[in-house]
Amino acid sequence: MRQTRSKNVGITLFILLLLTPVYWLLNMSFKTNQEILGGLTLWPQTFTFDNYAVIFTDPSWYNGYLNSMLYVSINVVITLSVALPAAYAFSRYKFLGDKHLFFWLLSNRMAPPAVFLLPFFQLYSSIGLFDTHIAVALAHCLFNVPLAVWILEGFMKGVPREYDEMAYIDGYSFPRFFIKVFLPMIRSGIGVTAFFAFMFSWVELLLARTLTSVDAQPIGAIMTRTIGASGIDWGVLAAAGVLTIVPGLLVIWFVRNHVAKGFALGRV
Amino acid sequence: MDKIPDNRAWWLVLPVFLLVAFSALIPLMTVVNYSVQDIFGPGQAYYVGAEWFKEVLADERLQDSLIRQFVFSGFVLLIQIPLGIGVALMMPKSGIKGSLCLILIAIPLLIPWNVVGTIWQIFARGDIGLFGWGINQLGIDYNYTGDTLDAWLTVLLMDVWHWTPLVALLCYSGLRAIPEAFYQAAEIDRASKWAVFRYIQLPRLKSVLIIAVLLRFMDSFMIYIEPFVLTGGGPGSSTTFLSQTLTTMAIGQFDLGRAAAFSLIYFLIVLLISWLFFTAITHADKEK
Repeated sequence: MRQTRSKNVGITLFILLLLTPVYWLLNMSFKTNQEILGGLTLWPQTFTFDNYAVIFTDPSWYNGYLNSMLYVSINVVITLSVALPAAYAFSRYKFLGDKHLFFWLLSNRMAPPAVFLLPFFQLYSSIGLFDTHIAVALAHCLFNVPLAVWILEGFMKGVPREYDEMAYIDGYSFPRFFIKVFLPMIRSGIGVTAFFAFMFSWVELLLARTLTSVDAQPIGAIMTRTIGASGIDWGVLAAAGVLTIVPGLLVIWFVRNHVAKGFALGRV
Repeated sequence: MDKIPDNRAWWLVLPVFLLVAFSALIPLMTVVNYSVQDIFGPGQAYYVGAEWFKEVLADERLQDSLIRQFVFSGFVLLIQIPLGIGVALMMPKSGIKGSLCLILIAIPLLIPWNVVGTIWQIFARGDIGLFGWGINQLGIDYNYTGDTLDAWLTVLLMDVWHWTPLVALLCYSGLRAIPEAFYQAAEIDRASKWAVFRYIQLPRLKSVLIIAVLLRFMDSFMIYIEPFVLTGGGPGSSTTFLSQTLTTMAIGQFDLGRAAAFSLIYFLIVLLISWLFFTAITHADKEK
């Protein structure tokens, strides 16, 4: 019993330490700039929603969130639709060059985005996709598709092949079997993959910033605008930061029952 | 499970192959192309062979940031892996408390990287940040924008804060997969807590730990946005890591040939080390 208690104390302490920086941001987002710069206060003395009002009333601010969400969603859809069949192939069949292909795919997850910065810029400019959501979504496929194939392959290996064979005996065609029988069996894997794809696309800024200028600019790039002639607008910066955490929280809430298994990427 | 040999499976892999070829192979070829040429302007390019590579390998600025990068990644692994295991061992096994812990611990992972930088930029400031203020109150002179050691420790602390949750969650899911019977057997044998950890939990964590080490190595080796926002690479160039040196060279100075050669060397280092880890993973998979 004493052991559980000390464990509880330990984990509570860790979570508190983990959340303190986030609390500090939240705290600051409800303060006026005068209070922020005036001295240290543990909670807002003059509570204000003004910082959030700035963001929600100015299209150039809230469009940043919409842009980010749009390219992240496109990315998740593309990633899942190409990774699902590929992962199935890797988990079920042996084919020419399969191991090399698999490692080559993974090697792209290892490529530092900074390496691809300039070529991406030129590539997407030359085909007229610069400053579009689709360009960012495609660029993020570079690291999301390999990861998705890897995670999904782990989950699919866990489904015995007898199911496939049974379905063929019952007269299912491959597409019908895949969509009606197979996908529902690995839905927690799909949920977790979508979560990871969302996460890595949402938090990435280097590529997203390089491939956009106005129309598809992500929120991260817009946040740098708070540094104006009169110094940094700390309150609005904090409010913008808090709002970038919200979508992630919503997504993890939806997959909360699968994350425990999914975080092992289907490999335990 | 035995796999069926069937080359028609290529049709299923084709979309991924085309997509990744488009978004990786074409850009990579561009980089290779730049790395062997000296470009003065449109239509004025000269083949220079391995010249850029020689120059880059001899460049002291790059050697410095490479060493810095290895030291940083080393510390990241040394701190985050044991800490992550520790946290995972403390997490409640199931129920609403388990879910709640999971979500709260995942929060730092869901924050965009520039915001992570911003959070710490504020949090560590001596005047308006709780952390910087607190340290100064303890009588320790702390200033991450002026002092090299302080800047290093702040960047490291930020990364520990940011990514230990990933290690913890990976290990947690590994621990959850251990059947209860193992623990019961250990109890009958009156195994000590350490023995349970050493002979039951740790071996079972092996495959997740390899994933954790691999992901943490790769991502810490590519770190860019967070230290860039927090310290801007300073003071001096004390927290300028590889990606930032490369970005400055490619975008800032537009030094294409040198940047391209540097990119390829950078990529090869990551690839080589990751390949070693990857072989370890497939090896572990086979053993099971």
